[in-house]
Amino acid sequence: MFATDNIFKTICLICAGLVGLLMIGFFVQLALSSVGAWKEFGLSFLWSSEWDPVDEKFGALPSIIGTLLTTFIALVIALPLSFVSAFYLVDLPGAIGKILSQALDLLATIPSIIYGMWGLFILAPVMQTHVQPFMVDTLRLGKVPIVGRFLGEDYNGFGFFTAGLILALMILPYICAIMRDIFAMTPPMLRESAYGVGCTKWETAKDIVVRYGIRGLLGGVFIGLGRALGETMAVLFVIGNMTQMPSALFDSGTTIAATLANNFPEAAGIQQSVLFALGLILLIMSFGIQVFAQWYLNSTSAKRGEER
Amino acid sequence: MMKKYLTSIALSIVAAISTYGADITLNGAGASFPAPVYQLWTYAYTQITPDVKVNYQSLGSGAGINQIKAGTVDFGGTDNPLTPEEQSEANLVQFPMLTGGVVLIVNLPELKSTELKLDQKTLSDIFLGNIKVWNDPAIAALNPEVKLSKTKITVVHRSDSSGTSFIFTDYLSKISPEWKEKVGTGAAVKWPVGIGGQKNPGVCNNVAKIKGSIGYTEYTYAVEAKLKCVTLKNKDGKFVAPTPKTFSASAAGADWENAKGYYMVLTDTEGEDSWPITGITYILIQKDAPDKEKQQALYKYFNWCLTSGANSASKLNYVPLPKNLVEKIQNDVLK
Repeated sequence: MFATDNIFKTICLICAGLVGLLMIGFFVQLALSSVGAWKEFGLSFLWSSEWDPVDEKFGALPSIIGTLLTTFIALVIALPLSFVSAFYLVDLPGAIGKILSQALDLLATIPSIIYGMWGLFILAPVMQTHVQPFMVDTLRLGKVPIVGRFLGEDYNGFGFFTAGLILALMILPYICAIMRDIFAMTPPMLRESAYGVGCTKWETAKDIVVRYGIRGLLGGVFIGLGRALGETMAVLFVIGNMTQMPSALFDSGTTIAATLANNFPEAAGIQQSVLFALGLILLIMSFGIQVFAQWYLNSTSAKRGEER
Repeated sequence: MMKKYLTSIALSIVAAISTYGADITLNGAGASFPAPVYQLWTYAYTQITPDVKVNYQSLGSGAGINQIKAGTVDFGGTDNPLTPEEQSEANLVQFPMLTGGVVLIVNLPELKSTELKLDQKTLSDIFLGNIKVWNDPAIAALNPEVKLSKTKITVVHRSDSSGTSFIFTDYLSKISPEWKEKVGTGAAVKWPVGIGGQKNPGVCNNVAKIKGSIGYTEYTYAVEAKLKCVTLKNKDGKFVAPTPKTFSASAAGADWENAKGYYMVLTDTEGEDSWPITGITYILIQKDAPDKEKQQALYKYFNWCLTSGANSASKLNYVPLPKNLVEKIQNDVLK
């Protein structure tokens, strides 16, 4: 009896340890392979916006900003949409609710390359011929003081805005599916009590359901965020692939993942090292977000009345 | 009866052993510029020589150079020739395989059946971002017969590192001092304006999708995508359209006798009919491959490509090498 317990324990330990080892292994490998880049450019690699393969001068800032910008656009669009649709789906009775729920789960399983193809063949042309002309020429948003500064007046269907839109569509089903499941977990008694004391539907959502499931909700948001940060193909197809600092949302740009995918097969020498350094930065960014999420949830758990 | 039976068994065993022994796989990787021809060749060659299998992966010139240097493939393809020093340093042999044209493609519906004409100055100014709209006076002056609208110019270039980009930026550096100083020549450069597409098909696709765009690609890809090609002014001041005829006119004047290590760039060549952005695509092989049997199979394959394969290359709008050059390569390298 003891013997089998010990064997089982050892197997479990090895399996669990492998996960940690892999994580550390990724960091070590990326750090070692990028030594050349850090030696050559120092920490200024992080805030240099130069990217000139001919002179072998490289900086990470355009890719970092591009990654953050597209992720930000995606979250701004996807969060409210998935919140309200999840809230609606939970209470939707009968067949329609079931069908929509299933559709949502199916949407989450579509491979990212399909989103990319759709973005390239459908979304980018539609943006170029309908959406952007409407925003810039019809609504004249480009001339509105602050908005215009952010949108820009030059457009061609590709760029940060389109990439953010594609990302929003990609992460929406993830966030929405998690939110739906979290909302469904709220004990019915709590909701009914809220209605019983005269809360409106909005008040019930805001004060009961969201409070109850905040941990899960944030978890969903961070899963979406993680996916948006590292998404490669769908973004690469529509972002325009220019390694330059963005001046407006309609500009072409690049993200860390897109820069890696574009240059890695042919890179050699210092450029390869630079790409590994970019990979390390991306890994640290995703890791940092996870750590921040855990820290935030722990530090605010007392305020929400959660048990430690 | 029994004897016949036995003989047939014996024969089939011998046949099995001999095919087993002669089964050779030749792996190649590299340039996407000649990939349509290479893929056709590998298929055709396998049909006539079943015991030799040839694979070619279109990964890009830089990848081809990296992989042959690392020894993971038997031959590499590149449009960006290695200098004689680089060749001897990596212990590689380089020789040309095909000539093809890099062409400019535009998406301008108002052109209809007329050709768009550009000269050196307007072309480099477009790619530098100095000319931003199609009805710019400099472009209009070259194209009086077309009424160009005020469409914004969107430049489309390669997002990945590419031999096609090398040929094109080499040409721009030759015709424009400003380009040479600000951007330079390279398989990947710091593009002043525009958007990037993945590989030749990606550039074609972006040009097809964006109104008012201009991009560069290998000729076959442009023909297959049915995109409008630009007529360019060559070094002799004549406007030439991109056709296999003008590509070979450009290749005709090349001095191969004095080209050490077959290092040659065919951009901005002289001659009335010369297409100014002609490129040569090269094969890289290891100088002293350890596997002699494989090396012989490789030589046999390339001999076949340079002679019997030439016809199918022409069908795909590439220009096969002139006869004297083929003989020189056969005597120098493939012996």
